[in-house]
Amino acid sequence: MTVTLFIPCFVDALFPRVGISMVQILERLGHRVECPEDIACCGQPAFNSGYWDESRAIAGPVLQKLRDKEAVVIASGSCGAMLKVFYPQLFADRPEAADADRLSSHVWEFSDFLVRKLGVTDLGARFPSKVTFHDGCHGLRELGIKRSPRALLEKVQGLELVEMPDCETCCGFGGTFAAKFPMISTAMGEVKCTSAAATGADYIVSNDSSCLMQVQGLLSRQGSRQKTIHLAEILAQQ
Amino acid sequence: MTAPVQDFLVQARIVARDLRHRGLIQRALGKYEVARDRKQAAFGSWQSARQAAAETKWDAINHLDQYLDQFAQRLEARGTKVHWASNGAQAREIILGIIKSKGAKSIIKSKAMTAEEIHLNDAMEQAGYEVVESDLGEFIVQLRHEPPYHIVFPAMHLTRDEISDLFQRKLGSAPTNEPEELTMIARRALREKYLTADIGITGANFAIAETGMISITENEGNARLTAALPKTMITLLGIEKVLPELADLALFLPMLATAGAGQTMTGYNTMYGGPRQPGECDGPKEFHVVLLDNRRTELLADPEQRDALHCIRCGACLNVCPIFRNVGGHTYGTTYSGPVGSVITPHLRGLQDWKHLSASSSLCGACTEACPVKIDLHHHLLHNRRNAATGKPSVLERLAYHAFAFVANRPALWLFGKEVARLFQPLHVFVKGSYLDPARPWTATRDTPEMAPESFKEWWRNRR
Repeated sequence: MTVTLFIPCFVDALFPRVGISMVQILERLGHRVECPEDIACCGQPAFNSGYWDESRAIAGPVLQKLRDKEAVVIASGSCGAMLKVFYPQLFADRPEAADADRLSSHVWEFSDFLVRKLGVTDLGARFPSKVTFHDGCHGLRELGIKRSPRALLEKVQGLELVEMPDCETCCGFGGTFAAKFPMISTAMGEVKCTSAAATGADYIVSNDSSCLMQVQGLLSRQGSRQKTIHLAEILAQQ
Repeated sequence: MTAPVQDFLVQARIVARDLRHRGLIQRALGKYEVARDRKQAAFGSWQSARQAAAETKWDAINHLDQYLDQFAQRLEARGTKVHWASNGAQAREIILGIIKSKGAKSIIKSKAMTAEEIHLNDAMEQAGYEVVESDLGEFIVQLRHEPPYHIVFPAMHLTRDEISDLFQRKLGSAPTNEPEELTMIARRALREKYLTADIGITGANFAIAETGMISITENEGNARLTAALPKTMITLLGIEKVLPELADLALFLPMLATAGAGQTMTGYNTMYGGPRQPGECDGPKEFHVVLLDNRRTELLADPEQRDALHCIRCGACLNVCPIFRNVGGHTYGTTYSGPVGSVITPHLRGLQDWKHLSASSSLCGACTEACPVKIDLHHHLLHNRRNAATGKPSVLERLAYHAFAFVANRPALWLFGKEVARLFQPLHVFVKGSYLDPARPWTATRDTPEMAPESFKEWWRNRR
């Protein structure tokens, strides 16, 4: 299968290891991987702020470039939800509506793509650590992803998964929310960090780098020994 | 008066880092979640129950004109006076008119968020009447001269010690830390008021169109006393409270109790069908029902967000909302706080003045997941943001998104932008977290990730 990667803007610039890990895993599984280099962003910041025209200015070209692909895979529930759930709303009652619906049907979040589309859970990965998993809200509630990342983690050799009671509680990132309401965003992140710390895990894992950026930002500032890591990076470890 | 957004920001900044508040609310709502999960599991299928409830409310709201008519006719047939109020001022005028015509002096009241919405207590007190809240939580916040903290648990932000102090100061009671004793202190103060009150005012949880009945659920029995003892009973309710049939309560009563408080059923569930009928030995001699619109019909006219009128005011969305849990109920500055308040307040009180409530959300969707009547809460926050930006866009923000789109659609320019950012990154350390730092909203409390020496796309190009 030809897998088209959608690399979110912040993953490209800040967390390239996530994208590289995806390429390694998918190629190991025997798929052809491609990545359109002229796509920068999905348009979510403008969309979430209410500026739908400006969002369409970015989303329109993305839609044209991706509509005919076989499978578009994204290592972020947030950007994934933008393409899969919100593009059809953004382009509802417009000429692009059919394209948006078509794209929606073949957009996949990475862990869900591996488990539910490819039917793979054991990637032969090895990661001897104690980890706890944070469910990113968009992945969890917009895309309904709960089982897939855990199914993958369970097969990682040496890995111990310890769930935190508030794994489904928002980390407080929320895109522009984090900058517009930093005091609330920070408080939410602190609650998350406290919950994660109580598990005694070495790593906080998620399938969304945006949540991890928030959590890591707080952990580093607090001088915590816990670290964050994206699911794809664990799965790529041999 | 400062703008609501300023008040919100100031309060949010204070409460969000108040660790005592955080601990108190996390503990209280943590216990709620455990109880709620247990009660939800007792439903054959909680999800099917939600679907059924949503469909029933959809029917009720989409045929509101017919059901309200039926409800009023049935009530009037048994001698109830039904009043229609377009707004808060009209509702206050109607209620004050009734009080005056009865020559009343003192009024006992049970919990009613609609009364908070129209500031009824203030109006009655200004007119010279004594008003006493009979719900324990409401009684406590009334003594503190503050609005309810939460639509279901008005005093959840207070500890037992704080309540004991308050009772000592206001009621002259002895200090105690025992919930039962605190309740008894309030009860002693309240029992007298029931007996001397001329008028009892209640809210309503549901209005049954089929039978013309008001349904009130409560845990303390105070609403029953409020309704039964005074000669005149007044019920104030929003027009969205309608349910088509009596049998609908079989679902809605346990659902409200489960979602709202983690209970199987609320302690007391009472239905009121009219004033004392000939041959009956108790109940009020006069019964007035005041139906309040107060811009609910404007929400009804919005097909996208009409389902917000399904709300049964259970408070489930507040309880699970990480924003509510961190900023607390009073910070919102609204009668209805939490996610549902952020959705409906812009409709009830003006979008541009209250749009910040829709912006102050991470859009996590915990509210929508918790809502027993399936209101699409977090997506309505997005709709409010869109409507606010369309109606009155921020020049700066629009310009920024225009510029962002311009650059994002030009790969060479985007690449150049990345290079510039990488170039300036080493200089960031000199201003990081300070007031000169453009990223200060982030860096004041959080570290920033470093830009990778080789971006993904550079790696991708280089390997080919």
